[in-house]
Amino acid sequence: MRIRAQIGMVLNLDKCIGCHTCSVTCKNVWTSRDGVEYAWFNNVETKPGTGYPTDWENQERWNGGWERTKSGKLQPKQGSKWRILANMFGNPDLPEIDDYYEPFDFDYDHLKSAPEMQAFPTARPRSKITGERIEKIEKGPNWEEILGGEFSKRSEDYNFEGIQKQIYGEYENTFMMYLPRLCEHCLNPACAASCPSGAIYKREEDGIVLIDQEKCRGWRMCVSGCPYKKVYYNWSTGKSEKCTLCYPRIESGNPTVCSETCVGRIRYIGVMLYDADKIEEAANAPQKTDLYDAQLDVFLDPNDPVVIETARADGIPEDWIKAAQESPIWKMAMEWKVAFPLHPEYRTLPMVWYIPPLSPIQNAAEAGAIGTDGAMPDVRNLRIPLKYLANMLTAGDEEPVAHALERMLAMRAYMRAKTVDGVRDEAIAARVGLSGRVIEDMYKIMALADYEDRFVIPTTHREQVEEAYDLRGGCGFTDGNGCSTGISKGSLFGGSKKPLKMPTEVQ
Amino acid sequence: MHNFFFGIFPYIALGVAIMGSIARYDRDPFTWKSSSSQLLRRKQLIVGSILFHVGLIVITLGHVIGLLTPIQIFDAVGISHGAKQLLAVVAGGIAGVMALVGGGMLFHRRWTDPRIRQTSSFADIAILAMLLAQLVLGLGTVFVSLGHLDGHEMTKFMSWAQGIFTFDGAAASYIADVALVFKLHLILGMTIILVFPFTRLVHLVSGFASPFRYLIGRRGYQIVRSRRSAPLPARDGKAQRSTPAE
Repeated sequence: MRIRAQIGMVLNLDKCIGCHTCSVTCKNVWTSRDGVEYAWFNNVETKPGTGYPTDWENQERWNGGWERTKSGKLQPKQGSKWRILANMFGNPDLPEIDDYYEPFDFDYDHLKSAPEMQAFPTARPRSKITGERIEKIEKGPNWEEILGGEFSKRSEDYNFEGIQKQIYGEYENTFMMYLPRLCEHCLNPACAASCPSGAIYKREEDGIVLIDQEKCRGWRMCVSGCPYKKVYYNWSTGKSEKCTLCYPRIESGNPTVCSETCVGRIRYIGVMLYDADKIEEAANAPQKTDLYDAQLDVFLDPNDPVVIETARADGIPEDWIKAAQESPIWKMAMEWKVAFPLHPEYRTLPMVWYIPPLSPIQNAAEAGAIGTDGAMPDVRNLRIPLKYLANMLTAGDEEPVAHALERMLAMRAYMRAKTVDGVRDEAIAARVGLSGRVIEDMYKIMALADYEDRFVIPTTHREQVEEAYDLRGGCGFTDGNGCSTGISKGSLFGGSKKPLKMPTEVQ
Repeated sequence: MHNFFFGIFPYIALGVAIMGSIARYDRDPFTWKSSSSQLLRRKQLIVGSILFHVGLIVITLGHVIGLLTPIQIFDAVGISHGAKQLLAVVAGGIAGVMALVGGGMLFHRRWTDPRIRQTSSFADIAILAMLLAQLVLGLGTVFVSLGHLDGHEMTKFMSWAQGIFTFDGAAASYIADVALVFKLHLILGMTIILVFPFTRLVHLVSGFASPFRYLIGRRGYQIVRSRRSAPLPARDGKAQRSTPAE
């Protein structure tokens, strides 16, 4: 047993209102630069839909993630190391920018600088790559917003596998949910495994997966390796970039920008302890449907004295162990089993987990039959097909998802009985294998979701990694190359440095 | 003039290439990259790039082995000069045509596709044009070579190249009487070496290094970096594995 700590995240889809605040704040902080205009480290998709980039979930097409070979070996789905090296001249699995969208901006200036005209001036779109006029925008970062586009296209959604999907194209049966996505900071990252330069690494102390910009050579194997398509090639710098889990914030105990700004309070961040020696075995489980359980087996109970002792020996600081004990991730993923990994069948052991959304009862007549006696409706009658959620969260195994939805319904019924009728109905809790006390705890964390309950983030122990004395007199943040000011115009070696633009008076 | 181009310029070109590359790798590793444009336009890239790269790798290795292996080794193995020249002409010719076709596709794509043209630097276009010109010159020498198949001409270049690397002051004189197309090929070749550290060509160092890094230098697939200044204490009699921060 070799214990490591990992910062994990849970997103409660039951409460996501699809406002895109997470995406926009992330964009403003991290990707409002040349070369990554098209990249959204965090994006929110409307499901069912093909997503961003189009059809990203379909690994038959993109060959992302891992596969178990016939001989039982675990290797990247795009091929063994030899195969990846052979593809360096031309990567057959790399999406083109049109699979995301061609980035655009509008000629805003025309609105005020246009001469006197008969028609009101308009701001027309322009490509951010070529600078040329785009006559018609064919695609954007959220092209299927609120079920935009015809069902025949959206129903290409990979999660419809094994579902008679035609009926969901009918107005009466249509359903919808939001899926905010970011880098999963996997325990078994396929991006890192695919990098021939060894530029992508997982941090030992918090599990954040980062790309070393100085070691990246732009072979772009990580972009195709990541099944979530959350590594982006910056076409301006020629390097790959990805979500950093806002590590400067995490290190100082603050939540990521997407989590901090989430108005629905759906995001949770906490520590998980796991056994690093078990990763390969867990990722290589024989059956797809075993992968969810296999990943649960990797996590270690932070209240177990043996685990605590081993964690100390493995150099995990005391406050990290304490944070793991109070971790909302542990509670939702392990104790209550209401949160699930996104597409465990990719075998990456992702660490951003999702609570499936409840949805209205499908049949109005049945809804009337349910009554208010606290009896719970059958989760199989919810408007979002159970199989659809299972395809997304448990590789198609409906049981765990049904179990989670039942617990969430029970939480509502129990709390309704408590607050409306003033009755603590232990029977409701017992029906889903919980106690009233646990349900009230669930309610506190999942429904009320106070800031302190959502974010239990220990600070990084910098004293272990650097001498503060060496840092005095340093030059702080620079744009690479030591203490360069970054305002000289160009570089001998082809890099471009942007001069600082100051507002000047209009002549 | 002859002595400058073939006796002094080689050292300038090699010196700048080596020192420039070291300086760039050390001072500005962020700019050390392949500058792939596949994301912006896939069309023409896959086929063009594979032809271009495979052709160039064969040619480069052929030149290095062919020029720098002492002629005594060929004699000892029993490969006649004529046979060696024929091998060079045939293998180099095929690889050269491959690279020229692929490079032509890449140049067409870079010049005409607005996405690629807009995002290309002057150096990106110039270095591709130089490589294409060099391929044309190189293939042009094949026709001259076919005029004298005894391999005598070829041994002159071997003496010159080996003379350069052994600091032979008379190296330039060995190729004083070769055809003009050879001389142009050599001058352009040395110019490409000269500008190597200032262009995207530097990625070929990483390209050659990547199989060693990836296949031999890395056990398994994953990389974990630790920032700990002190290693973790040993446990179970085994020292803890942990990749130090780089």
